[in-house]
Amino acid sequence: MSNQLDLSTTLGNAWFPSPLFTASGCASSGKELAQFFPLKDIGAVVTKSVMNKPRHGRPTPRMAETPSGMLNSIGLQGPGIDAFLANDVPWLLAQGSRVIVSIAGETIDEYSVLARKVRSTPGISALEVNISCPNVENRGLVFATDCDTSARVIEGVRKVIGGEIPIIAKLTPDVTNIVDVARSVVNAGADGVALINTVLGMVINLDTMKPHLGGKTGGLSGPAIRPIAVRAIYQVHEALPDLPILGMGGVASGRDAFELILAGASGVSVGTASFGDPTALISIQNQLRELLAQRGFTSLKQAVGYAHR
Amino acid sequence: MAGMSTINKFAVQVDATIISNKRIGAYHQLILSVGEAVRNCRPGNFIAIQVGDETSRMVLRRAFAISRTSENSQFGGTVELIVAPHGSGSKWLCAQIEGSEVNVITPLGKAFGVPTEPANALLVGGGYGSAPLFGLADLLKSRGCKVDMVLGASNGNKIYAPMEGKRSVNSLKIFTEDGSMGESGRVTSQLANIIQERNIEIIYSCGPMAMLKAITEIASEHQVMHQASVEEAMACGIGICMTCVLPVKDESGAISMKRSCIDGPVMDGAAVCWDLVGKSTEVF
Repeated sequence: MSNQLDLSTTLGNAWFPSPLFTASGCASSGKELAQFFPLKDIGAVVTKSVMNKPRHGRPTPRMAETPSGMLNSIGLQGPGIDAFLANDVPWLLAQGSRVIVSIAGETIDEYSVLARKVRSTPGISALEVNISCPNVENRGLVFATDCDTSARVIEGVRKVIGGEIPIIAKLTPDVTNIVDVARSVVNAGADGVALINTVLGMVINLDTMKPHLGGKTGGLSGPAIRPIAVRAIYQVHEALPDLPILGMGGVASGRDAFELILAGASGVSVGTASFGDPTALISIQNQLRELLAQRGFTSLKQAVGYAHR
Repeated sequence: MAGMSTINKFAVQVDATIISNKRIGAYHQLILSVGEAVRNCRPGNFIAIQVGDETSRMVLRRAFAISRTSENSQFGGTVELIVAPHGSGSKWLCAQIEGSEVNVITPLGKAFGVPTEPANALLVGGGYGSAPLFGLADLLKSRGCKVDMVLGASNGNKIYAPMEGKRSVNSLKIFTEDGSMGESGRVTSQLANIIQERNIEIIYSCGPMAMLKAITEIASEHQVMHQASVEEAMACGIGICMTCVLPVKDESGAISMKRSCIDGPVMDGAAVCWDLVGKSTEVF
């Protein structure tokens, strides 16, 4: 009877037929994955974090495979918001896909500028505000490592987005207390949080005996970080049980997605798993539906945060 | 803007059976049955293979150039790959016995462009980079091109040049750095002479980055077109991870980071900014 199971979910005032989303930075703008499954079959495409201007990103090497994971050091390469909103968003909407646009800025003002442009583009389901990309030159620019700067970014975005679409702040687990950061962005007007961005890491190449990545440090993703994601989601849901959480971090199977949902995630993004298997999202969605049915749930919503009950 | 994407247009994900796995010198020749997908495989395309078993599976696929294809073998459509077992993934793949299944995605990437009229083509391969050149040689010959080939490696054990692969090649010159096979030297040692003597109009190359860069310089001097198949570390092979990028110039001279998986692996050698590979993008 698993086909009758209601997989639909909400993040703030946005509704999605499924809780499985792409993860920002792991699906480009959807066109590459469209050959492998219809994009409308998943909850939403979360697009790669886009900045105001086109950006080349970091030098190569940009990748290192690690035990049960990988480091990436892309540095927000992208076309810039204007080209992105003109080309990629209309294409995604024409596929029947729901679209969550992820934005990243170097300054608090840049986020407001980006949010204004997103607001004037119809059809977007939600806005992810990426304040935690680890691949920037200055750790001080990772807004989400500080409660005050996190709040100031979200306040600026909140002034522009009047409530038409939910604002989801993407946070880093590389902090002493992620609950404090979550509280500060909620107080500043965030409708939800995305947990977690990649974890800062480094690999040293034993041939050159120097850091392997062109950008020296990179973001660790993949199954290696899943327990960190589960922990962060659990802590934030425990402290702020009404706050919608979009969970991500090493999800590669239905059981992994189920685990994040039990911890408190209303939606689950799949990133690195799509690199190894472009149809991972569809397999995970099917497995999750089966698992929920086996446990006697008739809807996804019943399972969200079940680990706390 | 609406409509289906053209990126990865012919790619399919299938479980392929390893029909044959033979050691050839320093490499393994693998033949995989991939079914109907073979009809869309062109020289220069690649295949991305999931490596590791249920408990040891690696997070990322491994990409290999397709060396040759057969549409009508007794196993249906098959592709041949030449694999150097140097990392954990390629070692695992080379250890698989005939009859094993592996999950593959193919065809991926941009294939070699073939001249519309017969031309004098020179194919240059470094190490296992020679693999896709033999399928290309067959295709070029069938289009009336004259095909010459130069292969090089550090030693003779790393030269891949199968007997049956040579039938479409007018001449084959081999260079090894230690002189253990062919002449001592590198593929570029006599390149300028070969271009002039044989009136070469287009060069196709596949091999390490330093070799492709050196060929580009000689090709530019002689105003010969050069299509280079690049090799950059890929996480996904389908264009979503943005790791396998190279700095490439467009007609206006503007430089941008292009993905070697979907904007390549075959690129116009003259458009690639070889000197900027690995350099900070702030200089663009």
